[in-house]
Amino acid sequence: MGDAEIIPIGTRGKPGRGTGSTKPSTAARSLAARSPKRAPARTESPEKSGPEATAEAPPVLPAPRTPVDAAPTKPAVVEAPARDHRHPKPGIPAVDWMAGFTAAAVEVFGDNWEPRLAAFLAFLRRRLTGDYTVDEYGFDAEITQRFFMTAIRPVAEKWFRIEVRGVENIPAEGGALVVSNHSGTIPVDGLMTAVTIHDHAHRFLRPLGADLVFRLPVVSELARKGGVTLACNEDAQRMLRGGEIVGVWPEGFKGIGKPYSERYKLQRFGRGGFVSAAIRTGVPIIPTSVVGAEEIYPLVGNIPSLARLLGIPYLPITPFFPLLGPLGLVPLPSKWIIEFGEPIRTDVYDAGAAEDPMLVFNVTDQVRETIQQTLYSLLMQRSSVFS
Amino acid sequence: MGRVVLVTGVARDLGRRFARQLTAAPGVDRVIGVDISPPRGDLGAVSFARADIRNPVIAKVIMREHVDTVVHMSVLPPASVGSGTTAKELNVIGTMQLLAACQQSPDLEHFVLKSSTAVYGSSSRDPAMFSEDMDARRVGAVGFVKDINEVESYVRGFARRRPDVRVTTLRTASAIGPGLNTPLAAYFRLPVIPTVLGFDPRMQFLHDTDLIDAIEHATLADVGGTFNVAGDGVMMLSQAIRRLGRPALPMPSFAVSTFGSAMRQARLVDFSREQVTFLAYGRGVETARMHEVLGFHPSRTTEGAFAEFAASLEPGVLSERRVRAAESGLLGVLGGARDRAAQLTAAGSGPVAGREGGHHG
Repeated sequence: MGDAEIIPIGTRGKPGRGTGSTKPSTAARSLAARSPKRAPARTESPEKSGPEATAEAPPVLPAPRTPVDAAPTKPAVVEAPARDHRHPKPGIPAVDWMAGFTAAAVEVFGDNWEPRLAAFLAFLRRRLTGDYTVDEYGFDAEITQRFFMTAIRPVAEKWFRIEVRGVENIPAEGGALVVSNHSGTIPVDGLMTAVTIHDHAHRFLRPLGADLVFRLPVVSELARKGGVTLACNEDAQRMLRGGEIVGVWPEGFKGIGKPYSERYKLQRFGRGGFVSAAIRTGVPIIPTSVVGAEEIYPLVGNIPSLARLLGIPYLPITPFFPLLGPLGLVPLPSKWIIEFGEPIRTDVYDAGAAEDPMLVFNVTDQVRETIQQTLYSLLMQRSSVFS
Repeated sequence: MGRVVLVTGVARDLGRRFARQLTAAPGVDRVIGVDISPPRGDLGAVSFARADIRNPVIAKVIMREHVDTVVHMSVLPPASVGSGTTAKELNVIGTMQLLAACQQSPDLEHFVLKSSTAVYGSSSRDPAMFSEDMDARRVGAVGFVKDINEVESYVRGFARRRPDVRVTTLRTASAIGPGLNTPLAAYFRLPVIPTVLGFDPRMQFLHDTDLIDAIEHATLADVGGTFNVAGDGVMMLSQAIRRLGRPALPMPSFAVSTFGSAMRQARLVDFSREQVTFLAYGRGVETARMHEVLGFHPSRTTEGAFAEFAASLEPGVLSERRVRAAESGLLGVLGGARDRAAQLTAAGSGPVAGREGGHHG
């Protein structure tokens, strides 16, 4: 090998595919064809549209005005000629920034924004430094109230327009077991019941979730923070003894994943574990009927083999999912009614009654029948699914 | 005649400190510390016997010294002793030999096992709080959870065979403290703390002095049985990391151990599969029996113990001081903006003051 030969690699800044030729390839030419045309387009633009021109040529013009406050921009205009040399400072003057911030703060927090902003910043600081407490189930009341509930509330009020009945049946203090029907492919009804109880009865609902909830990443984290705990006898009794309102959906996956054709038909109510937990702790059972959740994701099909592969109980097919992709995840805006029924007292039974299977079955059946009858009567009263 | 106490596992810091503290306890005549290797620190009035508990020599020590109390503290997770097989040898076989020696001894009256809440394992099917009569929902084929369950079952068998011996098992939560070097402390000392993506486990801590006090209390008190020992309250892992002011690095569970082990500072950290499961699901134990039956009350809560540990570390990049400074700075700037805006609207088109202050860009 004599002299090292320099093989041109790359385009040296010219269009083309790196062949070393000075002429660009056809493909490159067709790509680059637009650039010569841009120059005339640029000169035309000022006549076409004013704001575009302002955005394209910031160095020539004075600093762009924020529409927020006219007063601080005035001096900027006055000053503009002085800055009209080679390097005029681009960007927005600090005063405009501040005026913008102030206006935004007023917009977000109202007229009394300063203490509220301070409170918000203090909240942020507490979150960032971990300066908050959780209870032994991992329930974070602050984030639930300030974040989860705030996020869910518009869906409950505006999208599903939940009508609430019998909220006086939820005790103001002490433990109670809210037993509800389960439907809707995704447990949206649990969230809606929680926000309803929070807003109308001013109590936190502590739902019991299947172990799948705690196996899934992200879901498990959010669930624990939102007050969910595992649906097992130990946790249910512990929470009820602690005077919490515990929510349970005894139908489980059988209820939530049932086909649309079986809507509002209650499935088997588990093995009645929730009744024995209520009897052992002597708390009332509040039969709760939710109408409207069945229609949010009408389940028309299932892919059991793929669901088994993924380790989930069912893989839903709705008229819109997976057909419309992520858009199919938007629930249909059905009209909801949540009715809290009259409490069924369990403190009349003695402690040993929880071991009596016949009694437990009877109470379970009573709860189930109450919910089923309420569902039928609510359906009769409802004029249509969406209104 | 005072009591003669044999303490295993004194080479470790906690064992050594416990043995020393026990020499000062009323009614204790002698404390004999046993371990394979000599302790690094000062043992004080403790007489040290270099012996392997897997060796019959231990039986001779118990017989000759008329030991009436055995405190078994050398059941340790693999990360503290080396490999998993070594840990199993030491923990399971060691306990078997020790119990065999104890069974022969006519003088023995008390046996205290320092177990761990790891006995409950960690899984998605766990109840929120484990009480003493619950079992692990899932026990792996190998690992510390299985080992410690075997250790406890041997101790229960021993209690059945020697009903005259008072047997106390303490299932202690993760000990943490300013000077304590455990795998968990090493984990929290990492500059960037890897966590399992999408999971936020609940954790309980026990201050190291409380741990030692609890074992001393169980050794001296006339109460037998199994007790969970933990500071009151729980903390989320995310909360703990934030209180340290360190950045967390969430990653999928399979990557945690690979990444964790790759970090230079992570030599002491336990990133076994069991530990990663714990970092996903966490664990909580109920301590009502500790308060009511055992009569022991930890001096510090979970949060208090962790706060003392956190204070001993250098604050991380997101320390509370910095966050506070940023907060007050932001408030000051915005307050200033409010004043200036008011001034401007009042002054109309007057000259602008303080243009250079505050945010720019």
